[in-house]
Amino acid sequence: MRAHLPAYEMETPRDLAAALSRMASEPDVWRAFAGGTDLMVLLEAGKLPHRKFLNIWNLAELRGITVTAEHVTLGALTTYAEVQRHEILAREFPLLCRAAAETGSVATQNRGTLGGNIANASPAADSPPALIVYDAEIEIVLAGGARWVPYASFHTGYKKMNLQAGELIRAIRLVRPRGAWKQYFRKVGTRRAQAISKICFAGAGRVEAGRIAEVRIALGSVAPTVLRAVRVEELLRGQRPVDAALLLAAQDALSAEIAPIDDMRSTGRYRRNVARNLLAEFLEVLAS
Amino acid sequence: MPGERARKIRVSCVVNGAAVTCDAYPMARLLDVLREEMKLTGTKEGCGEGECGACAIEMDGALVNSCLVPALQAEGAKIRTIEGVACGGSLHAVQQAFIAHGGAQCGICTPGMILAAVNLLARHPQPNDAQIRDGLSGNLCRCTGYMKIFESVVAAVRDAETRA
Amino acid sequence: MPRKEGREKVTGRACYVDDLSFPGMLHGVTVRSPAARGRIRAIHFADGIPWHEFIVVTAKDIPGKNCIALLIEDQPCLAAEFVNHPEEPVVLLAHHDKYLLEEARRAVRIEIEPLPSIFSIEDSLARKEIIWGQDNIFKSFYVEKGDVERAWAGTALIVEGSYETGAQEQLYIEPQGMIAQVNEAEGVTVWGSLQCPHYIHKALMILFGLPRERVRVVQTETGGGFGGKEEYPSMIAAHAALLARKAGRPVKIIYDRTEDLVATTKRHPSRTRHRTAVTRDGKLLAMDIDFTLDGGAYETLSPVVLSRGTIHAAGPYACPNVRICSRAVATNAPPHGAFRGFGAPQSVFALERHLDRVAEAVGIAPEELRRRNFVHEGQTLAVGQVVKEKVDMNGLMERAFELSDYYAKRRKFAAENSAARGAIRRGIGFASFLHGAGFTGSGEEYLASEVAMEAMADGTVHILAGSTEMGQGTNTIFAQIAAEALRLDCEQIKIVQPDTAYVPNSGPTVASRTAMIVGKLVETAAVRLLKTLRESELLRDGYSAEDFSRACGSYVAKHGALKSFVKYEHPHDLHWDDQKYSGDAYGAYAWAVYVAEVSVDTRTAEVRVEDFVAVQEVGKVINPVLAAGQIEGGVAQGIGFALYENVVWQEGRMVNAQMTNYVMPTSVDLPLIRVYFEEIPYGRGPAGAKGIGELPLDGTAPAIANAIAFATGVDVRAIPITAEALLEMLEAVHAW
Repeated sequence: MRAHLPAYEMETPRDLAAALSRMASEPDVWRAFAGGTDLMVLLEAGKLPHRKFLNIWNLAELRGITVTAEHVTLGALTTYAEVQRHEILAREFPLLCRAAAETGSVATQNRGTLGGNIANASPAADSPPALIVYDAEIEIVLAGGARWVPYASFHTGYKKMNLQAGELIRAIRLVRPRGAWKQYFRKVGTRRAQAISKICFAGAGRVEAGRIAEVRIALGSVAPTVLRAVRVEELLRGQRPVDAALLLAAQDALSAEIAPIDDMRSTGRYRRNVARNLLAEFLEVLAS
Repeated sequence: MPGERARKIRVSCVVNGAAVTCDAYPMARLLDVLREEMKLTGTKEGCGEGECGACAIEMDGALVNSCLVPALQAEGAKIRTIEGVACGGSLHAVQQAFIAHGGAQCGICTPGMILAAVNLLARHPQPNDAQIRDGLSGNLCRCTGYMKIFESVVAAVRDAETRA
Repeated sequence: MPRKEGREKVTGRACYVDDLSFPGMLHGVTVRSPAARGRIRAIHFADGIPWHEFIVVTAKDIPGKNCIALLIEDQPCLAAEFVNHPEEPVVLLAHHDKYLLEEARRAVRIEIEPLPSIFSIEDSLARKEIIWGQDNIFKSFYVEKGDVERAWAGTALIVEGSYETGAQEQLYIEPQGMIAQVNEAEGVTVWGSLQCPHYIHKALMILFGLPRERVRVVQTETGGGFGGKEEYPSMIAAHAALLARKAGRPVKIIYDRTEDLVATTKRHPSRTRHRTAVTRDGKLLAMDIDFTLDGGAYETLSPVVLSRGTIHAAGPYACPNVRICSRAVATNAPPHGAFRGFGAPQSVFALERHLDRVAEAVGIAPEELRRRNFVHEGQTLAVGQVVKEKVDMNGLMERAFELSDYYAKRRKFAAENSAARGAIRRGIGFASFLHGAGFTGSGEEYLASEVAMEAMADGTVHILAGSTEMGQGTNTIFAQIAAEALRLDCEQIKIVQPDTAYVPNSGPTVASRTAMIVGKLVETAAVRLLKTLRESELLRDGYSAEDFSRACGSYVAKHGALKSFVKYEHPHDLHWDDQKYSGDAYGAYAWAVYVAEVSVDTRTAEVRVEDFVAVQEVGKVINPVLAAGQIEGGVAQGIGFALYENVVWQEGRMVNAQMTNYVMPTSVDLPLIRVYFEEIPYGRGPAGAKGIGELPLDGTAPAIANAIAFATGVDVRAIPITAEALLEMLEAVHAW
């Protein structure tokens, strides 16, 4: 435990308004602290740069999952465990449930939150590719206002995001899929459980009359942020999924679109080659 | 350079059925509060990064890694540690099974593993093999290869069935 | 018989070192070298820390010799003028506030003038830089049987190959820790997580310049060791004791996981070259083996690891001509050390992988090659040891094949793999091997282990031995052996906590020796105790437990303490020549065949072990649950060794020093590990038992490597088989 604890402060604001007001009062000093599964690891390694935290874990305004005809909206404090238990999510958003089931372990899933995961902005996180595929929007609140941001443009660079000092993520809104979507999720990690992803692939497609009518593909761990493979999607739209030439072209497009690196867990070469292979698997799913 | 000294806070919670109050830095690890303030040394530190599960406890019924919970967030929580698994002098079925079937070797992962198993059975009283493996996948054991841990959990389930 | 200390372990009452707290105790931390090699120019203590509150210890504070004495005395306790590996300890700090202590650790800067450093076996052998002794070589061995050179001429087939294994971290879930107290009254006392109290005792005597009775070492409940707590604890004990001496108060040092990973010992990385002459019908004619271990910066136990690896390098085969040249060399990494298997997992991986390739070159099945060359009773092993026990390797192999459905699966997988439908390829492979129990050659004689036993007035029997419980079952086995010999209930037997003030030196708890060698001493001690009671006419045949207790009470009242004492006697018919490195290397061997079934996802190169069968002949199984637990746990570590556990090095430092990044298997990564024992009682083992603790580490990785080779056609030569490496090899084999 390598942190000098006396130097750290944490308070529990009585409600969301109080939290936002506290954050506004000392810009970029107070940070939100949810389940702690990322921040406490940094603290223990002696690598947590901030010193003052607001315990938002009990803020009711950030909890709960609401379902309307068009959307499912998840409070930022929705845990991975709660995601997996929700019937509509299990049925209509299987990629998110898969991601939740493969993040950490039972204990981390009870404390890890979607909002925390998004704010931590690790390019290796498992939920973001699913959120991209589901056209997620993020609701951001601050003292005296709120705005919605498409998740696809939320991350602007490695650990950089469309979230200013004094702002909090309040909710994540997903569009309920219409029609018959074929969905595919695969995380390749260092082992089967409790693994940081080497590469993560989320894809969903709608096939009509043997052709790909709609397709969404997103990957984790292949770029400084979660990546939506728009060029690959363009290539695939309107095509037949069973087509060797198409597969090769799509794989080449994917290779060009991603920027995987060498790190202590894996290599850029492995990530690139596996990305290509996972794309092939995804197309097989679309063709089935 | 030591920064400004945050005051310790008073944390009140219920641990193994008893109301407890103690002082701790707000971001002290619940693991350390349990071990050092409350002298409940049954919960162990194996990694300090939420990977090994040796520090697993139940907090408001959910399995959590106590090395990742700051003291302030334990306020008002209902906590169960390994010391609270046995009922008075009677061991829990899982504990008895671990003894009878070799589920513990060096024993350091055992408290967290037993909490994970007890928590699993509370959620799935008749778990299949995959559920057992999955329920314990956040608890690392270096000694057993997990075989006798699975056998112990299966035996505990069987025991509960025959008693029911 | 369930584990003796089981109840304590399942209730959280078992007391590990970090659970202990002494009045006035301080915490201690270690400040370590940032450089791999160099001269310490200065140590800077930054402003902002109340240094006057701290105890600060450097090499100057060492009263005796600045070394951690082991085989030799080359490793400093604290670096004085030079550092030779990253994370080498330089400064020790103690304070009552463990959080402030961390700040202080960060505020010490060790300024080093770098010297050129080397990090590979190749560079060390090439003497790119001399970093140890005259030639970087800690130790070398030369074993010769028959005449290898003559065998090459006119040989039908010669197969060569080079094999590598990486470092592996023991990863006991309880990190290393010690508490020390130093005072006038008692001298130096340490409590901690350890395997070998008497190793630490000797090291502290020399470090402090104290006589035997002024140093005391006590083992606390130990959360896993696997060799990682064989020699390293002497270092941390020394550090805690130096701080305690200067502070005049007890000091506790507990490593966090990252420090444990970067600073403590690992399995020696290895490189093995095989050159094998074989006839057209698969008879081994000559094996020329070159075996090298990377020992890190100081000698520690490298000569002994090398010894075991060397002796096991040619396996359970009767080959008429064998030559083994081996050496352990220095690099600027933290010293490598003991890890279950101790050199044999390295050389056995190379051998068993190589023999599958030899079989392929001859054009016969891998099991056929083994069958034609397995050693039998009366034949000699590579070091010239005549096999004097019954051994039926072929029988073990056939049983393992039956249990794993080897032949049918091999046919099925071969067909499915060629049809190449889908992304999964399946394979099945095996390894056949042996593992010598006890210290090599004259080692046991040199150790001269002792065990004492005392029957108390109330009839409880105390076993006093330096052997430690660390999960493998020492306490339970000893109790069973004594109970069996005394015809009592295990409840009546107590194992005294290993404490050098009270227990004799039974040798280290290593080398698969505890049941076989020390257990036998326990058995003998019990027999002698019984003899004393019988001879004093206080006990008749067919006595009950009450009779026994009454007899003890009477004896103690009449004669005083009822004790027996046994010292190891080396069997007269075991002869070992240290110069020629030949003869009876081990009193007994366990023999085994392991079969691994794998599936390989060719899209991601992920390997899954689907089934694992471990068949071994072990003399006698004293406790079936404990014995199976040893094999299961060992196989799991072997699976990690083969597939998951990769130390990422950067200039001699482990950079993936977190459990997130150094990956061991979880409960969902392992198959059912199916364990089977055969028993041919060994005359000198207690109840016939031989040693088994290390055995599973030898055969697991090569069985998996062979299975992967079968599944994919990839010629595996190194472990760990990372997905990254395998994917590249798959691409080379097939056109993807």
